[in-house]
Amino acid sequence: MITFDKVSKTFPDGTLAVENLDFELPTGKITVFVGPSGCGKTTSLRMINRMIEPTGGRILIDGKDVMSQDAALLRRSIGYVIQHAGLFPHRTVIENVMTVPNLIGTDKKKSRATAMELLLRVGLTESMANKYPVQLSGGQEQRVGVARALAADPPVMLMDEPFSAVDPIVRAGLQTEFLRLQGELGKTIAFVTHDIDEAIKLGDKVAVFREGGHLAQYASPQELLENPANDFVADFVGRDRGFRSLSFDSSGVLVLDSVDSVRSGSEILVLDDAGRPLGWAGPGIADERSPLSVAGTFTAADSLRVVTDLAISSPVGIAVRVNDSGVADGIIRHPSLVRQLDERRRQRAGTAS
Amino acid sequence: MIDYIRINYQLIWEAFQQHLYLALIPVILAIIISLPLGYIAVRYKKLYYPLVNISSILYAIPSLALFLLLPPIIGTGVLSPLNIIIALTVYSIALMVRVVADGLNSVDPAITQAATAMGYRRVRRLFAVELPIALPVMLAGLRVATVANVSIVSVGALIGVGGLGALFLRGLQLDYLAPIFVGIILSVLLAATCDIIIVLVQRRFTPWVRAGGRA
Repeated sequence: MITFDKVSKTFPDGTLAVENLDFELPTGKITVFVGPSGCGKTTSLRMINRMIEPTGGRILIDGKDVMSQDAALLRRSIGYVIQHAGLFPHRTVIENVMTVPNLIGTDKKKSRATAMELLLRVGLTESMANKYPVQLSGGQEQRVGVARALAADPPVMLMDEPFSAVDPIVRAGLQTEFLRLQGELGKTIAFVTHDIDEAIKLGDKVAVFREGGHLAQYASPQELLENPANDFVADFVGRDRGFRSLSFDSSGVLVLDSVDSVRSGSEILVLDDAGRPLGWAGPGIADERSPLSVAGTFTAADSLRVVTDLAISSPVGIAVRVNDSGVADGIIRHPSLVRQLDERRRQRAGTAS
Repeated sequence: MIDYIRINYQLIWEAFQQHLYLALIPVILAIIISLPLGYIAVRYKKLYYPLVNISSILYAIPSLALFLLLPPIIGTGVLSPLNIIIALTVYSIALMVRVVADGLNSVDPAITQAATAMGYRRVRRLFAVELPIALPVMLAGLRVATVANVSIVSVGALIGVGGLGALFLRGLQLDYLAPIFVGIILSVLLAATCDIIIVLVQRRFTPWVRAGGRA
């Protein structure tokens, strides 16, 4: 657990970067610091490993004040990943990954083996071990950066906009893999980004910073989208936050109609012999022998957002659920979905007040 | 010319040896002195311009003038090889301080910060991260300083200590081309050899620079 205890930072030129910051980052979770530029999020991150020292208050890692520890030793116990990765250009990929184990004095052979394992773990190949950073793509550099931060198996990781310098497609891939990796490792992670979507996607908790280094809200992504604490947060999380908040609820709560209800009549769901959906047919839609594509199906594990999207984009306004073997086992019509979402909203409002 | 070499090979060999140490000892001294000076110029930003500008002014002093000025200032004999060594050391430092400072400045601050965040202390960071990354720039400067030294040493012949320069003087006095040719060829060969050695050192110790070209 990382505790910010009334932390303030005033720079020598008088700029107040962070004021009276008071919150806790839970152990084994990802806490995202998000906010517009100049809001103190990076300053706050860097105070954790003493790259910047607070001028007021304390920062504790598992109850120990960071200022009471030797700065270099403290930093060796905290993984650090930055934008553009910041790899050492004069060292090969594997040497970069071995940086902190070498500083600590780990046996070379052992740290090399660990480093090689980590390269594979972050999605690189052994053949990359002896390349130099200049020979890598941006995405690969970032993976090496993550491997380097993990090399000494630190309990805490600091990540400063690690994925913002790569293109959106690579970024989405890195984010997904990062979540998978975190699922295996369970590090306590502080993650800075200016991208609210990244914060919502990655964060177990999200700290929204606003100008002057104030914490505007500290909550789970879902709370943030559904109950923004003030106009600043509502504005920052964006206009389609209602739709995005549907990502956090399972479609399991929905009451579906039977597949039989769409086997005849104006909209007909055409199934193959095994019961898997082939497409839509019916008067004015298509012939049963060449049905319109169902344009995607959902399973009980999908979120309400997926179901809503399917219902909106379906040619007949009906989303089809399938079981694990792909057999259609229920449908939901657009009007029914809207009614159920409305009930969900009323229930939420009821429990909140 | 062959006859000249056969008869005078002893003398030529001695001139060559003298040329070699007169040119290279200053380079080694300059490296030792420029590294801390260059580091100071980077570490204390206020000192960068004073140090670099003083260096540039020193380099502007004509070599013959410096050879003649030094004996009265430092109390050496007019014919002492020390004059040449000290003068060339001054020139090499003048070149190298700027090169070391610019080399260290060429290190991306994000990388030094990353090194600090990994847990490097200042001194270890300097030797393990900053100096190695600055090496290509510093070696490029070293090549210039070395080649310049090899050529300036000859001027020392005018005050009696000039390695292969002595052959030029002899050729002029005797109106005889052979020693001049031998002097030029050996001097150029020496400069080229030193240059190649530094390039080889650079390839050996900065493989990442060439890796960029093959990416």
